[in-house]
Amino acid sequence: MRKRDVPQEGNATLGGHRKAVYAVGEDGKLRIVRSRGWEVEEVVTRQAVEDLERRAREARSPLEYHMYRARMDVAMLAAAAGIWRWRVRRHLRPQAFARLPVRLRRRYAEALGVPLAALERID
Amino acid sequence: MSSLLRHHGLALSEPMAFGLASALAFAYLPFIRLNGLPLIAYRMPPGAIVRALDRSLELGVRFETFRSRAAGMARLDALLGEGKVVGLQTSIYWLPYIPPDLRFHFNAHNLLVYGREGDEYLVSDPVAEMPVRCARQDLEKARFATGVLAPKGRLYYLTRAPLPGDWARLAQRALARTAHVMLHTPLPLVGVRGIRWLARAVERLSRAEDEARALLYVGHIVRMQEEIGTGGAGFRFMYGAFLQELAARTGYGALDAHAGRLVEIGDDWQQFAFAAAKMIKRRIAFEPPALAARLRDIAAREQRFFHDLNKARLAWAA
Repeated sequence: MRKRDVPQEGNATLGGHRKAVYAVGEDGKLRIVRSRGWEVEEVVTRQAVEDLERRAREARSPLEYHMYRARMDVAMLAAAAGIWRWRVRRHLRPQAFARLPVRLRRRYAEALGVPLAALERID
Repeated sequence: MSSLLRHHGLALSEPMAFGLASALAFAYLPFIRLNGLPLIAYRMPPGAIVRALDRSLELGVRFETFRSRAAGMARLDALLGEGKVVGLQTSIYWLPYIPPDLRFHFNAHNLLVYGREGDEYLVSDPVAEMPVRCARQDLEKARFATGVLAPKGRLYYLTRAPLPGDWARLAQRALARTAHVMLHTPLPLVGVRGIRWLARAVERLSRAEDEARALLYVGHIVRMQEEIGTGGAGFRFMYGAFLQELAARTGYGALDAHAGRLVEIGDDWQQFAFAAAKMIKRRIAFEPPALAARLRDIAAREQRFFHDLNKARLAWAA
């Protein structure tokens, strides 16, 4: 990649940060060039974010919604909350979640980084 | 890592640190799942990079992990109190200064802490251009994130001042290690054979029933390639910079030509990413075999490249 080919397309997912990449200068030497972002990266990052957003929209329960909002899946939530996967899967059903003691809900809230009250609803 | 060394008075550029640690690699690890997609690495894991540098430059690096969060934070404070710069392995998700779209549960993110002011830590992070601040609570959460490759509060620091070594000898060893990893790792998932294995997995996507899922897989490959670290063709350009700097430092000019070839291979990786993104955007038809063919082509070129690089190294040593 030559210096003038370094993408400067402005990748919105970088949030204004610039990224260091190595590119070939006039003298044939590779050195750091600041890139404002490449469209390709934006496409793949947005794709991954949108997939999680879609899953959150289609969630059957507030817990499932918050799980995808926190960009987790069942395995990650189980590890973060210290609860077995099959129990997490069960708790994703609204009926099962409604019966949970506060102790367990607090563990979910802590793992997801949201206040306890937020777990009750989709916002 | 380069900035950790610079803090201790050894001027070593990022590409030199990368190259001397034999950090360039390729690995396709389908049994490690991130959001249900395989781990694809274009370099060694950060821990291995630090350890490799430790061995060749004799830095006396100490690694520590912690069972309890309180102990981990107390140890960090104590080390900062001694005036040490401390490397941390963290999850990227819980760091508040990272742009929201880049915050995924990826646990092998490395950053340096060089000071503390009250409840805020002064952080040098490769993702951010400038030094940033991070609140204690957030840093604690990031250090003790769970899941795949959980950091368990891992921190590392130098116990000795680094000595500038014999570059030619160190570099020859580093080149040998990289060539070995890329060409002769017994596991078929690592090195050039790993690229071919990935090509096969991509080819199989044409039989997938859920096209959106198949496209996510392709997007995931590109994200692992471009988004982790400096990005840019999975570290191929950085290794090229290492070869050039090495040629300049040691006067072994044959490496310059190799750097040029590696830049071309890096361009191929970028072309692969570009084609993949066009398919995701549906500007061109989704054709997994075409992507697989690109990967196979790259594998063949890297195989020739590392073979020749190894020959150049042997000629240099002789």
